[in-house]
Amino acid sequence: MQSVGRPTQPQAVSATPDTLTGARGLLQDEVLIFELGGWDKTGVDLAEPELDASDLGDLVRVEPIGLPGLSEPETLRHYVRLSQKNHAIDLALYPLGSCTMKHNPRLNEKMARLAGFADIHPLQPQSTVQGAIELMDELSHWLKTLTGMPAVALSPKAGAHGELCGLLAIRAAHVARGDARKRVLVPTSAHGTNPATAAFVGYLVEEIAQTDDGRVDLGDLEAKLGPDVAAIMVTNPNTCGLFERDVIEIARLTHSAGAYFYCDGANFNAIVGRVRPADLGVDAMHINLHKTFSTPHGGGGPGAGPVVLSEALAPYAPAPWIVHGEDGYSLDEAPAGAFGRMCAFHGQMGMFVRALAYMKSHGTDGLRQVAEDAVLNANYIKARLSPVMSAAFTGPCMHEALFTDAWLEGTGVTTLDFAKAMIDEGFHPMTMYFPLVVHGAMLIEPTETESRNELDRFCDAVLKLASAARSGDADRFKGAPFHAPLRRLDETRAARKPVLKCPPPG
Amino acid sequence: MRFTKDHEWVELSGDIATIGISAYAANALGDVVFVETPEIGKAVKAGDGFAVVESVKAASDVYAPVSGEVVEANGALSDTPEMVNQDPEKDAWFAKVRVSDPAEVEALMDRDAYEAFLATL
Repeated sequence: MQSVGRPTQPQAVSATPDTLTGARGLLQDEVLIFELGGWDKTGVDLAEPELDASDLGDLVRVEPIGLPGLSEPETLRHYVRLSQKNHAIDLALYPLGSCTMKHNPRLNEKMARLAGFADIHPLQPQSTVQGAIELMDELSHWLKTLTGMPAVALSPKAGAHGELCGLLAIRAAHVARGDARKRVLVPTSAHGTNPATAAFVGYLVEEIAQTDDGRVDLGDLEAKLGPDVAAIMVTNPNTCGLFERDVIEIARLTHSAGAYFYCDGANFNAIVGRVRPADLGVDAMHINLHKTFSTPHGGGGPGAGPVVLSEALAPYAPAPWIVHGEDGYSLDEAPAGAFGRMCAFHGQMGMFVRALAYMKSHGTDGLRQVAEDAVLNANYIKARLSPVMSAAFTGPCMHEALFTDAWLEGTGVTTLDFAKAMIDEGFHPMTMYFPLVVHGAMLIEPTETESRNELDRFCDAVLKLASAARSGDADRFKGAPFHAPLRRLDETRAARKPVLKCPPPG
Repeated sequence: MRFTKDHEWVELSGDIATIGISAYAANALGDVVFVETPEIGKAVKAGDGFAVVESVKAASDVYAPVSGEVVEANGALSDTPEMVNQDPEKDAWFAKVRVSDPAEVEALMDRDAYEAFLATL
């Protein structure tokens, strides 16, 4: 019989000692990558290049380039350690309002990794990428069908890039009829990108007032419309989580002033499969594939913001245009009428594959249910939290539930404190202080991908925190987060005295 | 000193109006981290955005309470935006404008009216 064993049960100890290295068990402390690598190292073994005479003259770099030298495992571990400190949709609910943080189905990933989509190059002969162009054409067909619009530009690389594309098409349409215009109207609850885009294109931005029930004030819109207005930019449902019920009238007033109706499609998830923006009178709308159509946000992959265009704007759509002729598919890189192009190549191919995989796996009936369930889930949260927290508007909401901070009055706890305490409880905070039209806003968007169990777990945690705030336990909030890898960051100092340079090599 | 519903203040001395944002606005914005003042010589119209103030919460336009021409801007605000929180209604003025119509100032709220207005928010 084997007599040598090892202890299999934990022993009682009297205290928890600090670690000797400052690490917290298997959660590694991590410095900046520039503090990790030596400047004189490199992780790859490449032959010293033979330098030909350069055309750059005295612009040739003589200083060290200043990139840290790391081996592959050092680099990999650095980013995996950082990822362990992060929150992700793969870990838990991500209730960031107006962002539609839904699950990214793994089927999408499998499709995007097929060699015919993943290993092609935009400069390859078009005859060798017929399947990829066909996929772009099929995605276009779905986007046009779901929105009722006759044309789509796939190439914009994010929502704001799509706004730029839409406004450039609008400007081109006005210029083509000798009617260049100056102003763009934007409601006070708009995403900040809307006025930024309009200003970037060169328009003057004017705000449209909001009614007491959180919608565009038609009287104010009518007063501000005029022969120099190029467009209005309206989000529907808007950032208060409310459907603009006067949208048909908004479109009519806009068109009768000779202006175009740009719709910010960030909240399309609430209406996909149920409402066709063309039927509302929309002339241009971007569609965030990384929201409504489940492709990853941010670090998981780039965004993609295709723009659908009405009959009036379609002739000005940017290159490339997909052409389906007798010899198969091709891309017209210089169509007459196009206002130009949005990027060097054709857009985010990997996101096109993922979005189409999502559409085809859901079907039109499934997409309709996406919208219905997204709205149902948001209303469930609104109903559970409203008895304690102050809803910004009465009545049902669309895909996101908006609260003010009125219910925190007198507790000494702010919206920011409350959001930070949510991190301690294991949840990503909701969107806070947006939209600006609501005081101390808390904007919660659960999406359709959360189960009843997960919604309850979230609501239970928020309600427990709410009763802690109301029972005078302000310390729990003022110092939060206590249990995160980093404590409360000094945003003010970071903004006023940013440290933007790493130490130089030497 | 007169105030607007958008929380700017204006103080008229001769035909020069000194303009800033109210203590209420500075408090509502939270810690101010950036201020963009208008260029000298710029013609402004009452109600137009003529400066920008940014806090950790939001970036906001500051609207010209009166029409006229910008004759001076408070350069100190670019290096020390925290002045807006410390002394919004005096040292942290944004710009001085030579007014084209002094009656525009008279039409704005005095402090009592502004405070009554704040009580309704």
